[in-house]
Amino acid sequence: MKYIDEFRNSEHISALVSKIYTISASIGKQVNFMEVCGTHTMAIGRSGLRKVLPGNVNLISGPGCPVCVSSNSYIDAAIEISKNKKTRVVTFGDMYRVPSGRGSLEKAAAVGAKIDIVYSPLDALEIAKRNSGEEIVFLGAGFETTAPLTGKVILYANQQGINNFSVFSCHKLIPPAMEALVNDQQHMIQGFICPGHVSVIIGSRPYEIFPREYGIGCVISGFEITDILHSILILLEMIAGKRKVSVEIQYSRCVQSDGNPNALSLMKEVFDVVDTEWRGIGIIRSSGLEVNKRYSQYNSVYRFPINLKGSTDKKGCICGQVLKGLKKPFDCKFFARLCTPENPVGPCMVSTEGTCAAYYAYER
Amino acid sequence: MKDERILLAHGAGGKQSRDLIEGLILKYFDDPVLKNLSDSASIKVPSGEICFTTDSFVVNPVFFPGGNIGKLAVCGSVNDLAVSGAKPVYLSCSFIIEEGFKLSDLERILKSMAIEAKKAGVRIVTGDTKVVEKSKTDGIFITTSGIGIRFSSSPAGIEKIEPGDSIILSGAPGMHELAIVCARENLKFRSSLKSDCAAIGHLVFDMLSASKKIKFMRDPTRGGLAAVLNEIALGRNFGLKIYENRIPQTEAAKSLCEILGFDILNLACEGRVVAIVSSQDADRVVSVMRKHPFGREAAVIGEVASEFRGKVVMETINGYQRFILMPTGMQLPRIC
Repeated sequence: MKYIDEFRNSEHISALVSKIYTISASIGKQVNFMEVCGTHTMAIGRSGLRKVLPGNVNLISGPGCPVCVSSNSYIDAAIEISKNKKTRVVTFGDMYRVPSGRGSLEKAAAVGAKIDIVYSPLDALEIAKRNSGEEIVFLGAGFETTAPLTGKVILYANQQGINNFSVFSCHKLIPPAMEALVNDQQHMIQGFICPGHVSVIIGSRPYEIFPREYGIGCVISGFEITDILHSILILLEMIAGKRKVSVEIQYSRCVQSDGNPNALSLMKEVFDVVDTEWRGIGIIRSSGLEVNKRYSQYNSVYRFPINLKGSTDKKGCICGQVLKGLKKPFDCKFFARLCTPENPVGPCMVSTEGTCAAYYAYER
Repeated sequence: MKDERILLAHGAGGKQSRDLIEGLILKYFDDPVLKNLSDSASIKVPSGEICFTTDSFVVNPVFFPGGNIGKLAVCGSVNDLAVSGAKPVYLSCSFIIEEGFKLSDLERILKSMAIEAKKAGVRIVTGDTKVVEKSKTDGIFITTSGIGIRFSSSPAGIEKIEPGDSIILSGAPGMHELAIVCARENLKFRSSLKSDCAAIGHLVFDMLSASKKIKFMRDPTRGGLAAVLNEIALGRNFGLKIYENRIPQTEAAKSLCEILGFDILNLACEGRVVAIVSSQDADRVVSVMRKHPFGREAAVIGEVASEFRGKVVMETINGYQRFILMPTGMQLPRIC
């Protein structure tokens, strides 16, 4: 048992697909589910799942790719920081290419900015120790999954008296973004496939508002093809009235309803919840994390003259509506002209598996 | 020797340069033409067509499981010639070395280059060495250029590819890039993974000898299998269809890709070959390849299709289909 092939077992997949066909036929009309998390979108793309599902089961790719929703102004500021000769920017690799109005970190590196790519925030601290003459700025990106790690690194820096290290946080919270989507009167989302790893941290309770207030079922799903099919089946059963519309944990091998209390208290210790901007969507209330006053010496915002201007999103980008399932990429005047995978305007084009990028690759 | 290092003087053209060349480089590169140390190599080539290639190597780290930058530099040019349908015969070799680079490391690199060149049957006949100030480069960069003699039976050409042809892959993809991942100091993975870095000239020669119906060959380096297949299909009247369950893979590679979120098809190889072969000859070519140490896992991984024009499609292990896209951006910096 290596927990890879077992979850890709063809017999189990066929059995799930056939159940999905039976129940979706009984429902008849189109149903729209959103897979919130970018990793789900990737898994769906890689397994070829979208083509296997019945015609009336529509999957909408959500805003859960953390780099895709980083605002232009955040990337602009990160580029600005990287221009300082005494500064070294440390980032996860996927942030490297994300474009803003002023270029990208990749382009900044080409003209001399010192930018290191790491796989763990802990490496940023090691880099700070090795380069004591430089200011190390870690770009804290990601949702509830990575935020506790960033928090832990700040605590380590504090314990070890490391003074040349700070975090420029664009950490974001998933449930407020989901709520912003369904607060649009016209949204078409009838079920959420909730992110597995975010839920390892936050548990299932933060999603309870969706069945309670909006009548939308939620399933916290694992990332293998059988997980995702199982989650779709559960959502269909909710729609068909065979299950209570509720929050269910399909990814039970990792997720508990209370989440990870240690990680949650660590986040509370280090971060304040703030309003933050999501590319293509705009400012969402209480959806971001900023390093709090107690640890302000580790907050890049206090160490550098950072001016986080408001949105510089191009007017006319309809990613917000694509994310709500209201419009298709073809409806956008930028699509495949001004907005391409090489030069993305909105979040749906940044990730290769974003809705617009997928349409660009497969549907043109 | 152990603690001796390259100095700027080693590149200044005077005595120290001479000492480095004669004492160390010629110790391993002992070709009679090179030993003349003249400004250019005078070499004989048979009449007919030659192939000429050049490639630069900047890999970080310089030493990695399964090879080093020197082995890579020899294999890279040898392989580029071989897949073009040429027998590699001569190489040039240029070093740009950072001041402070360990002489013992340079010696290890030279030694493996000499071994690899000998195995590939190729002679290093001319070269150059430059030393640059500390931090103006990253250890050592190597450029090799190669001349090869066109085989009598070269691949027919990409325009001869037609629906029904078979797609053959010589071994597990992505091993080079994964080995580099494991060797990066900031990624502390321990695994048995080794780079597939190898000179495949002999393997390619055996393939071309076994069949006159090989239409196209390429070594899938940067961008991996996905890039090569997309290059073949782009703008063509056919599509390529591959099958996930036929692609040779190791458990270690699979697991590492899962952890890092890599698609193995996008990862670089340095000792593999992809060939498009008429289906009648596919089994024969595969069985010849399997007798070769670098082709033991060779398999027909797919076929040329009349549908999906210009695109590459993979049937997943579950029998579903997905497009394989041209990789964009980089997975890792400086892999070769």
